[in-house]
Formats: sequence, C-alpha cells, structure tokens
Amino acid sequence: MPERQSGVLLRDDQTSSEGSLEEEMIAGLRAGDEAQATRFVRANIGWMRAVAFRLLRDDGLADDCVQDALIKALRNIAKFEGRSKLKTWLHRITVNEALMKLRSRKRLEEDLIDPLMPDFDENACRIEAPWTRRISAEEILSQAQQRQLVLSKIGELPESYRIVLMLRDIEELDTAEVAEALGITEGNVKVRLHRARAALKKLLEPLLRGETP
Amino acid sequence: MTAGLGSRAWRVMKGAMLRNLPLMITCREFEDFLLDYLEGNLPPRQRRIFEVHIAICRECREYLAAYREAIELGRQAFEDPAAGPPEAVPEDLITAVLEARGGDPKG
Repeated sequence: MPERQSGVLLRDDQTSSEGSLEEEMIAGLRAGDEAQATRFVRANIGWMRAVAFRLLRDDGLADDCVQDALIKALRNIAKFEGRSKLKTWLHRITVNEALMKLRSRKRLEEDLIDPLMPDFDENACRIEAPWTRRISAEEILSQAQQRQLVLSKIGELPESYRIVLMLRDIEELDTAEVAEALGITEGNVKVRLHRARAALKKLLEPLLRGETP
Repeated sequence: MTAGLGSRAWRVMKGAMLRNLPLMITCREFEDFLLDYLEGNLPPRQRRIFEVHIAICRECREYLAAYREAIELGRQAFEDPAAGPPEAVPEDLITAVLEARGGDPKG
C-alpha cells in the first residue's frame, strides 16, 4: 500500500497486537457476536463515511453508501480471506458502493473537458505564460478558506474525470483497480487521469501563481 | 531564451527544431508521454528524450512543475478533516446499520 503518510490513506503499519485484535473481531463477526458487530461498525463507520463523502460530495448519499457497504461487509465477512487488511477490504467495498451510487445518479460518460486542456500553437509548441513564482501547496493550504477553494475547484472537474482523479490520486487505487471498478480499460483510465490532472492544474493555476482567486 | 527574436518567430523556429532534430519531441508529444514519465513507465531512451525536452523548453518545464504542484495541492487538501463530512457520525446511522444487516451473520 502507499508509502505516503496521510490521514487519507490506508496505512499498512498495523502492529501485531492490532492484527490479533482484528483477527479476534473477524472471528467474533463470523460467530455472530453482536458486541463485535457493534465494535466493528463504530470502528470503521467514520473513515468509511469520509471516503464516501469524498467521492459522492453529498451527506445523504454518503450515509446511504456507508450503510449499504457495512451491511454488505457484515453479511460477507465469511468471504473475507485475510489476504489484505480488513480496512483495505472495507475500503474497496465502500468505493464500489459509492461508484454504484454515482452511476445511478449521473451517467459517468464523456463530459466536456476540452476547455480545461493545455494550449498549443500551430507549431505544436506549448503556450504557457511564464511563472515568475509558484506558491507551494503547504503555503496555499495554510489558510483555511484556500483549502475549501481547492476542494471546490476539484469539484468543478467533469464527473467522469473527477472520479478517476479521486480514485487514483486520493484513494490510491492502482490503474487496474480503477479500470475494474469503473468498467473501462486501463488505457482509458490513464487518458482520463492525465486529462483530469491537466484540468486540475488549470483550475488551480490562479492559486499556484499567488493571484487573488 | 527568445534571443532577441520576436516571440512568434522564435516559436516557429522552436517548433521546426523540435519536429525535425534527432532526439527531440514537440510539446504535444511531451504531453502524450507525461503520465508514463511521472509513473516511471518510459523506457530509458524515451525518458532521456523527455528529459532533453524539459531542459530546453521553458514552457513544458514550468508546466510540469505546476502540474505536479497541482496534484500535491489536491492531495493535501483532502488530508484535513474539514474535507470530510461536516459532522460526527450520527448515532441513528450506526443503529440503522446494525438493525438492517439482518440475514445470517455467519454469512
């Protein structure tokens, strides 16, 4: 799993005592232990809701998604083979449930992204205004309102591109996992990811250049 | 870098150079290779060609730096709890999950 340390990512830094607690919880769930089921739900519902909210951007949909994902997980705990961490398995179920909700809400087909693509002239040369300075991500995010602005800019990406960016760059699924989750080819995932990032660069450019948004 | 030439004349010359000289790629071709470059998927020869382009093209060099910083900015923006749902998990949601799971808890 990812090397980057952040609150967003799933960490593979579980200690052995956490591992045995997890095994105990799984055994309890499989045996139908109500107390373990409650503990399991309370331990995971918060971060699962955060994942669902990042993808769906709607409190109500995120709650429905988490409810469905947890019910599915509890009913299918016998199928959890322990090849990955329980949290990784739950993350995948949550992402899949969120994608199902997105599909039912809105077609994830081609949205227009061309206006946000980079510019080239007739000589195939890039048109890029000189950067006299570039503000770092840390500096931009040191102001709370800038963080909300960044999040709202990401929300402006056409949905079929935003979801690929979210799954690859934020939820850190790999290309094959995203392709499978969305039912598209790996090549298509790569194209959409690059376009989403290029569009994001254009949307965030005023912030990165230190211009008043 | 424009060496006294007008911007348009310079761009025509630059475009011709990038299209025709060996080991050169145009900015459009650079764009096509960008994702594979960042993911370390370019074979060594293509990677060298890509890096030569970065060295000689101010526009693509600055574009790439901003592209990377934009990705980082997006990632970091989601690392704050404020990026998540606005309130604590409602108890009724927890109750609903536990009541609705039904079925055979043993799977």
